[in-house]
Amino acid sequence: MNKKDDTIKLEYDIIQNDFVRAGEASSNVKKILKQLGIDSKIIRRVAIVTYEAEMNIVIHSYGGKLLVEISSKKIEITAKDNGPGIEDIEKAMQEGFSTASNEIRELGFGAGMGLPNMKKCSDVLKIDSEKGKGTTVYMEIFMKSNQN
Amino acid sequence: MKEYFHSVILDETKCNGCTNCMRRCPTEAIRIKDKKAHIIKERCIDCGECIRVCPYYAQNSATDDLNKLKEYKFNIAIVPFSMYGQFSSDLDMDKIFQGIKSLGFDYVYDEAHAADIATISIKQEIKKTDLPKPIISSLCPAVLRLIQINFPSLIDNIIRIESPMEIAGRLAKKKVMDEYNLDSDEVGVFYLTHCPAKVTSIKNPIGIKNSYIDGAIAIKRIYGDILRNATTVKKVESFSKGSSLGIGWAKVGGQSEALGIENYIAVDGIENVIKVLEEAELGKLDNIDYIEAMACVGGCVGGPLTVENPFIAKSRIRRTIEEKSKIMRVNEEEILNLYKEGIFSLTEEIEAKGIMKLDEDIKMAIRKIEKIKQITDSLPGLDCGSCGAPTCRALAEDIVLGYATIDNCVFRMNKSTNISK
Ligand SMILES: Nc1ncnc2c1ncn2[C@@H]1O[C@H](COP(=O)(O)OP(=O)(O)OP(=O)(O)O)[C@@H](O)[C@H]1O
Ligand code: SF4
Ligand SMILES: [Mg+2]
Repeated sequence: MNKKDDTIKLEYDIIQNDFVRAGEASSNVKKILKQLGIDSKIIRRVAIVTYEAEMNIVIHSYGGKLLVEISSKKIEITAKDNGPGIEDIEKAMQEGFSTASNEIRELGFGAGMGLPNMKKCSDVLKIDSEKGKGTTVYMEIFMKSNQN
Repeated sequence: MKEYFHSVILDETKCNGCTNCMRRCPTEAIRIKDKKAHIIKERCIDCGECIRVCPYYAQNSATDDLNKLKEYKFNIAIVPFSMYGQFSSDLDMDKIFQGIKSLGFDYVYDEAHAADIATISIKQEIKKTDLPKPIISSLCPAVLRLIQINFPSLIDNIIRIESPMEIAGRLAKKKVMDEYNLDSDEVGVFYLTHCPAKVTSIKNPIGIKNSYIDGAIAIKRIYGDILRNATTVKKVESFSKGSSLGIGWAKVGGQSEALGIENYIAVDGIENVIKVLEEAELGKLDNIDYIEAMACVGGCVGGPLTVENPFIAKSRIRRTIEEKSKIMRVNEEEILNLYKEGIFSLTEEIEAKGIMKLDEDIKMAIRKIEKIKQITDSLPGLDCGSCGAPTCRALAEDIVLGYATIDNCVFRMNKSTNISK
């Protein structure tokens, strides 16, 4: 149960290489946002960032969690995993940079667009990563958006 | 209540509350109360899944009958392209058109012909460079309604060209009025329909102000009469018909083929359509040019108001297409001019329907979500349907919205849990 009663906290376990259930968390989040009556442009942005964050955990990490906190002011998304960490965050943020294997690329991932899209679609983006430890991507999307 | 008119209706005397339709409904629009199904009107997209699965034929589509022809001096039948799959290939299509005409119509117009015109118009429209990708076909009204309810962020992707049914209605009416010197209200335009969603879209059009169609008659109600007439007619006229490409619109994939688009997704069956739209909403299909999404398996050949098995109908249409010419019997220049005048364009905005919204006030909505979660956790998670809701979560939502109580759950695990509304 929450301390404040006006936030929703959602938590999803994301498993490494689980392509079957991949996307379930973001699709679930989307449904809830629709029930909250949130503007469809914001829903779309949240859907994109949660999906990209979820897929990065599936593809690049050993597994982790996706946390989504919704209040009337903003939506916070935290994607936290157990490693291996990102070596060079600046590089990872570049459009087109990807370390995905050929097999992964054949599945349609690995364009190196996930992180750049997360940046584009969020109002706040912070990445914490330590090689060998893990990565935390934290994002905020405001309900009253200053994006178009 | 014009807003919520639906073609799909339930005959309560036939319904015995079996839950088949409730489980199948893609938008969770059906509940069972007192052993009878109820359709939540705001959520229904008229896809007709319930009509298809109902073992008691209790779910049906409200359509007109031939008596309505008496209201007009001159009657036009618009024959849908799906008709090409409905009868044995031994039966000449002209005979079928004649059989339709002798039901009491004065003029018969082939929707496939209008599909040719739609093809030409859409080809022009998609040359516009500022259209959001992927472009989504406007043919299937059930899919359009689904987008309004569940995928509002994709509304701008819908191609702003009228469906062949409306193009057919408009052109046929104009032609008849000119040729026979008739007033608009003297001419009745009837769509012979395979599709409940089309019937709804006549009363509640999407993207246009008023429909050009005055009535809709279900194919399955007149099938026997058409067949009898077609096999007994003596004199057969030669009717003007659409090209093989226009006929192809009846099956999923046919539009893209007619348009000559290679980079397309053709998806049929409402559950599959939902999956594809989910992907589109995530921006994963931005590299696709055109999505042809049809609620029915196979496309309109599988419409719930048809008679023939959709797979047989589809195969027949495929063979008809192979035999027939791709040459359109239209004056392309004239069509292009009409297109440029905007005659075939949608004129009205397609609005989002925030029907899934739990509360106008977001703070209240957040509380309701919490409550729904709490109640869902207290339910057994069997999704058995005995409570009259399609899933445990749906029951929880109904409870929070005040439409049901926790006692509806027959397995309610902890009877003492006191969950206030
Ligand atoms: N959670 C993570 N753990 C470890 N490395 C990561 C993680 N997320 C991203 N990376 C690294 O950053 C790179 C860029 O990520 P980004 O999401 O932008 O592209 P991608 O996942 O490779 O391709 P796309 O997202 O377009 O399918 C990845 O290839 C990977 O090397
Ligand atoms: S696929 Fe065709 S028949 Fe089926 S609902 Fe859509 S328009 Fe109607
Ligand atoms: Mg990625």
